[in-house]
Amino acid sequence: MTTHAPQATQSVTLPASLDEAVAALGAMPAAVPVAGGTDLMSAVNKGLLRPSGLVGLGRISELRGWHYQDGHALLGAGLTHARMGRPDFAALIPALAASARAAGPPQIRNAGTLGGNIATAAPTGDALPVLAALEAELVIAGPGGARREIPVSHLLAGRDMLEPAELIGFVRVPLLHAPQVFLKATGRTGPGRATASVAVVLDPARRGVRCAVGAIAPMPLRPLEAERWIASLIDWDGERGLAPDALAAFGEYVAAACIPDQAPLADGGEAPPLPPAVLHLRRTVAALARRALGRALS
Amino acid sequence: MSNDAATAANATSTRITTPPVVGPDTEPPAFGLGVSLPPADVRAKTEGTFPYAADLWAEGLLWAAVLRSPHPHARILSIDTSAAVEMPGVRAVVTHEDVPGESVYGRRVVDRPVFASDLVRHHGEPIAAVAADHPDTARLAAAAIAVEYEVLEPVTDPEKAFAAEPLHPDGNLIRHIPLRYGDPDATGEIIVEGLYRIGRQDPAPIGAEAGLAVPRPDGGVEIYTASTDPHTDRDLAAACFGLEPDRVKVVVTGVPGATGDREEPGFQLPLGLLALRTGCPVKLAATREESFLGHAHRHPTLLRYRHHADAEGRLVKVEAQILLDAGPYADASSESLAAAVAFACGPYVVPHAFIEGWAVRTNNPPSGHVRGEGAMQVCAAYEGQMDKLAAKLGIDPAELRLRNALSTGDILPTGQTVTCPAPVAELLDSVRDFPLPALPKDAPEDDWLLPGGPEGAGEPGAVRRGVGYALGMVHMLGAEGADEVSTATVRVHDGIATVICAAVETGQGFSTLARQVVQETLGIEEVHVASVDTDQPPAGPAAHGRHTWVSAGAVERAAKMVRTQLLQPLAHKFGMSTELLQISGGKITSYDGVLSTTVTEEMHGKELWATAQCRPHPTEPLDESGQGDAFVGLAFCAIRAVVDVDIELGSVRVVEMAIAQDVGRVLNPSQLATRIEAGITQGIGAALTENLRSARGLIRHPDLTGYALPTALDAPDIRIVKLIEERDVVAPFGAKPASAIPVVTSPAAVAAAVRAATGRPINRLPIRPQAAVAAPKS
Repeated sequence: MTTHAPQATQSVTLPASLDEAVAALGAMPAAVPVAGGTDLMSAVNKGLLRPSGLVGLGRISELRGWHYQDGHALLGAGLTHARMGRPDFAALIPALAASARAAGPPQIRNAGTLGGNIATAAPTGDALPVLAALEAELVIAGPGGARREIPVSHLLAGRDMLEPAELIGFVRVPLLHAPQVFLKATGRTGPGRATASVAVVLDPARRGVRCAVGAIAPMPLRPLEAERWIASLIDWDGERGLAPDALAAFGEYVAAACIPDQAPLADGGEAPPLPPAVLHLRRTVAALARRALGRALS
Repeated sequence: MSNDAATAANATSTRITTPPVVGPDTEPPAFGLGVSLPPADVRAKTEGTFPYAADLWAEGLLWAAVLRSPHPHARILSIDTSAAVEMPGVRAVVTHEDVPGESVYGRRVVDRPVFASDLVRHHGEPIAAVAADHPDTARLAAAAIAVEYEVLEPVTDPEKAFAAEPLHPDGNLIRHIPLRYGDPDATGEIIVEGLYRIGRQDPAPIGAEAGLAVPRPDGGVEIYTASTDPHTDRDLAAACFGLEPDRVKVVVTGVPGATGDREEPGFQLPLGLLALRTGCPVKLAATREESFLGHAHRHPTLLRYRHHADAEGRLVKVEAQILLDAGPYADASSESLAAAVAFACGPYVVPHAFIEGWAVRTNNPPSGHVRGEGAMQVCAAYEGQMDKLAAKLGIDPAELRLRNALSTGDILPTGQTVTCPAPVAELLDSVRDFPLPALPKDAPEDDWLLPGGPEGAGEPGAVRRGVGYALGMVHMLGAEGADEVSTATVRVHDGIATVICAAVETGQGFSTLARQVVQETLGIEEVHVASVDTDQPPAGPAAHGRHTWVSAGAVERAAKMVRTQLLQPLAHKFGMSTELLQISGGKITSYDGVLSTTVTEEMHGKELWATAQCRPHPTEPLDESGQGDAFVGLAFCAIRAVVDVDIELGSVRVVEMAIAQDVGRVLNPSQLATRIEAGITQGIGAALTENLRSARGLIRHPDLTGYALPTALDAPDIRIVKLIEERDVVAPFGAKPASAIPVVTSPAAVAAAVRAATGRPINRLPIRPQAAVAAPKS
């Protein structure tokens, strides 16, 4: 007994390499690539999506690990959250590992992938603020072995889209050899979607602090002024610590930048106050940013 | 490792502790009452071979899909099914025009259309159903039905329902109870007021609704589904199908979780209609979204309270207004309102009480029976008031509660005297004296489970611990004159006993209890419980613990009758009464051990059958001033909640729930512990996360991502501190049903603890993070 559609009209391809996968997608434009399927299959089960063909990415072993290139790690798009959460990965890119450990229950983490998190681009995608803070670049594979690179933020903002028969192959992430923190607020103690999340990474070589806030907008937000201001306060050659007041001010700065006050009325009248739920979200972001920076500097 | 660290590590590693009452199972006797007999189907359920309705199959079956309204309030101008009918593979499409019998139904109040005909009254109301040879075809065909709506303004604020245009021919006011008890002019020196809001909890069963309807050659139909009230469902289905009740049979399949009514007839009736129309078996397996849209929820409630007390903290008067949002149909609203009004003051002695309760119709999702209904909402409010009173008087909250605790012989505001055991003060003392859980301060910081979870953002410096108390009460069995009768048959043949009783095993443990009762009475170890269908005599709905009381009581009487039949000839032969003979391990022995024979020998290959009924003493409806002996029995519990709150983020983790419960008698220790743990966890859901949100009548997130149930990480350490076994003389075995009371009390206890941690009022459930944010103490 099955509750699923007859399989006759549905073709499933299981390529063994990235270029084969791209070729398969090119040969069958209606086919949909599937990796962990944690988002795709829930759409199929809800009847929102009925792909006539699937290109399974699970057998492409080159996508399931990572390698190093010019001080960067090239992360395969097929890395699962479970794999990224392990200690060896956490030693390389601690914030991405933390976001992977927070990304849902074990069943989801075992199946869901880094590339899928980016392709789905859900506002609550836990890896996204970390990738934004790391200023990660995506290596996009196209037909005929073509490769192009775009910043992850361009894809998330819709400035640059995946063309037909293109796949996210790798994610290029700088190896900063410095503390990174990812913090996430949820509605319960068990796994849940973020109500707000903050990633803070330190870049001692460039004497920079980079921060991104997730889940409160369609894409991660970068409070650039707050980053520059706080980086100028840090003694990069010394202890790197900051006074609690400075950490708190950074939190407030980040929160105000990401959740601004309402604009004044057109007739010059005073702006209406933010609703209580939005004010709470702003307080949450401030607390997360303050805590994240505090932990990164401690 | 220091002692404290060991305790803390232990506290984080043991999620749920076993209660102190569970003794070693190996001690004789290994069966009968009072032992932890495991359920007979435990193996099938753990191995996944237990058949639920969604697993059923019949040759040539068709699949059903239901078209539901996308609007909460709309006039239907036309329904055009032609596109669906013409789709290949579609075998039948039914709408309100195809209901041959009664077009409205209801388990308690007949006011609900099978299919909406002219008016849609809630989001997800069924409009048409399709049977097709494939589930996707059925779903696509249902979507192809063209319905023209005139969208109307929904009434979603229950306070506005009084003045709104009637949403239903029966009017918007389902019931009004103005309870008057004592002197209206009495006042206390201290007055506290509060406004409380309780959200919409969903029963959220593990298994969504499913069923299989099979047409019979005689023109009747059999419906296989997880009904918790099969005889009522049969009767209402027969009325809708225009058939005699004996032509419809409801066969109860395994129930995949029920903390309220199952299976909503809105799922069963279209199935039966389609099976009768097509002459083929028809199956329906609801999606999670349909499940959320189609079944009843806990009544969202608005409560306004004013408590009067004297300077010592003794309650003088309670005034309250309670408004239940019933959704568009009455369902269990009348019963819920009666419980809410009757228990509005809680298990406290209150000399004067003036409680107004209303249940009104709105275009919000329908409300109905979810365990502890009515009692749970008022518990959160009256316990909030007790905390307020304690704060105002500067008295310890537990001490204030003790000063007012109800006991046997006191009178409820309904005028009913409490005749059953009511050890309220003893319950509270037990949880208060239980040692508090250790702070994890000596454990490595990485091991701390902070609010927000193991990968969350919790920071020890921002976490405050709070301790709160709540007392709760709930009634048992149907109230206000409901005939709570149950019938059971016991058969013994070949040394094996069989129980035939239409009481549905919903997970409450009835079938295990029935086996224990027969084991105890007949001394036969091997007892089977027959599956339930409507060819058996009715046993009533599985609600308010009635099967533990009346159905198990009926089983006991039937077993005793079999015992008499078995022993009478023997007793006669030896000139002694049957009471002087014992049955144990298949052997019959006399009290002095002179006579000994075996059951098998004595039965001579005969079969023994007996059928008996159990009916509790009658109750009466609440009169026009809310007075009357409306309840058969009452149960009480006390809970002490310990919570950790991250006061910057407002995230809450319940660390420990210590409970003392009035259970009458422990019949199955491990089963009882399971029920208490499940009830507390459900209550924690209602306290922290479970709220089926709707906006202008539309359910916003009908899925388990948007509707956050407690996970194993959210479940605290549950300490069953004390089970008071003071037998209730009117109950069979003296046992009080135990499932509902932890659900009723635990949300109030969590709220009290969060209040203590944050100093915030906490007058709304579930507790929103912004309500649990507090300024750090300077």
